[in-house]
Amino acid sequence: MTGDGTTGEAVVSLRGVRADLGSRPVLRGIDLTVHRGEVVALLGANGSGKSTAIRTIIGQVPVSAGEVELFGTPRGRFRDWARVGYVPQRTTAAGGVPATVTEIVSSGRLSRARFGVLRKADHAAVRRALELVGMADRAKDSVNALSGGQHQRVLIARALAAEPELLIMDEPMAGVDLASQEVLARTLREQVASGATVLLVLHELGPLEPLIDRAVVLRDGCVLHDGPPPKALGQHALPGHDHVHPHAPTRTGLLS
Amino acid sequence: MDILDYAFMQRALLAAVLVGITAPAIGIYLVQRRQALMGDGIGHVAMTGVGLGFLLSASPVWMATAVSVLGAILMELIRWYGRTRGDIALAMLFYGGMAGGVMFINLAPGGSNANLTSYLFGSLSTVSESDVTAICLLAGFVVLVTLGLRRQLFAVSQDEEFARVTGLPVRALNLLTAVTAAVTVTVAMRVVGLLLVSALMVVPVAAAQQLSRSFAATFAIAVAIGVTVTIGGTVTSYYEDVPPGATIVLLTIGAFMVLTALATPLARRRARTAAAARPAPDPAECAIPAARAADGKVGV
Repeated sequence: MTGDGTTGEAVVSLRGVRADLGSRPVLRGIDLTVHRGEVVALLGANGSGKSTAIRTIIGQVPVSAGEVELFGTPRGRFRDWARVGYVPQRTTAAGGVPATVTEIVSSGRLSRARFGVLRKADHAAVRRALELVGMADRAKDSVNALSGGQHQRVLIARALAAEPELLIMDEPMAGVDLASQEVLARTLREQVASGATVLLVLHELGPLEPLIDRAVVLRDGCVLHDGPPPKALGQHALPGHDHVHPHAPTRTGLLS
Repeated sequence: MDILDYAFMQRALLAAVLVGITAPAIGIYLVQRRQALMGDGIGHVAMTGVGLGFLLSASPVWMATAVSVLGAILMELIRWYGRTRGDIALAMLFYGGMAGGVMFINLAPGGSNANLTSYLFGSLSTVSESDVTAICLLAGFVVLVTLGLRRQLFAVSQDEEFARVTGLPVRALNLLTAVTAAVTVTVAMRVVGLLLVSALMVVPVAAAQQLSRSFAATFAIAVAIGVTVTIGGTVTSYYEDVPPGATIVLLTIGAFMVLTALATPLARRRARTAAAARPAPDPAECAIPAARAADGKVGV
């Protein structure tokens, strides 16, 4: 929150990035830079390539041309993953076997744990992350017993457990009830206030609108707009504009 | 306990206990990543190894280990690269593995499908001294991996995409899971047989899930069930002269059904206790003062 974000160090930088899924080009040469302390929203219709753009940054989707850098290091050589917190696009935090909220969130701490051994400080960080999203009282519950919004809070706590400098979130508000949306907006506000950099994919700006410094709009794998959040999209956030995202409960994510 | 007087039964019980521990221990990660039938596939591929062992007069257990490890690595590679045609490639691998086993064993001097049967459905009484040595070594490897790397394997099996961003070597861990599953298949081969191996990897985990809320508890209960049914099945097969593999698998499914029947009232009671312990359940969130008070408590 330096006010003038463009002068800060580039935390995420994509230059001329192209990516294909199968033989279909999904990204056709996009440029995107996120500076330290900025909150950047990646907007666009379904199929515009916003999730793919995020997934090239974390290395889940290979890049066919162009360069991706994290904290000034080419992605292929980047090792300092504890600086990055990632919230993938999911409707559930559950897997094929029951797991408690703490067990799921603890896996977010592995980037700071040596050989997968969690020490006292790591357990404390997990507890803090749960408190940040207001889930500390559910720590020992099975994630199967949670609502959709609570699942999302668990996924965000998992990303926060490593105390990252950069948060990358893919549609954190999809399928989230209003109470959880407010908790998430508050959590994000606190993170930004303490200096975190945020890149998030959004379907609409919604309750996060006041936090967004800059919006990048994609269409057909190209950058259509890069600047202040577009006003038209902002209206989607008005109270009473209800978006319902139907998701089949058993699926683990639209792209997984 | 006259059952322990016989050396072959001592070997059989030792092998059974090791299978009861290792099969659910790796199986839980396969169930978690929703690849419950992977063990079945590896079992098919391992048949080629058994056949080759007979053909080359080498140890069928070690040959099966080598071939199923190769098969498991191939399955992982198919999963990475052959996204669209992956399941067809896997089908060819499985049935090719089975056909290869039948072919090699019939080519072997004096070999016939009868030799194969003891590997397909298990044959505890023919477990040899060297088999036990191999099973102990392989089981040690499986326990070391599944317990020593439990946090890493949990993370990768829970959410592969997220695990990548924690810097875990996702591909290496996936390969290790596949290799460990392959090793477990050969550990269990002599006890329950290649065609029934997958049941011991999956069913104890499914049964344990009926009782547990956490991964750690599921792991412990699944291993406890695994050891109980393998010992129970082995002892039963000694006294009743029934095939051990089939007995063990049917006992496991029986355990699953009993636990499922027990779990329903247990879950209801648990829900009631949870509701009682939490004086402000979901409806109270509408009342703003109550919600604020609850929030305040959490923050402190």
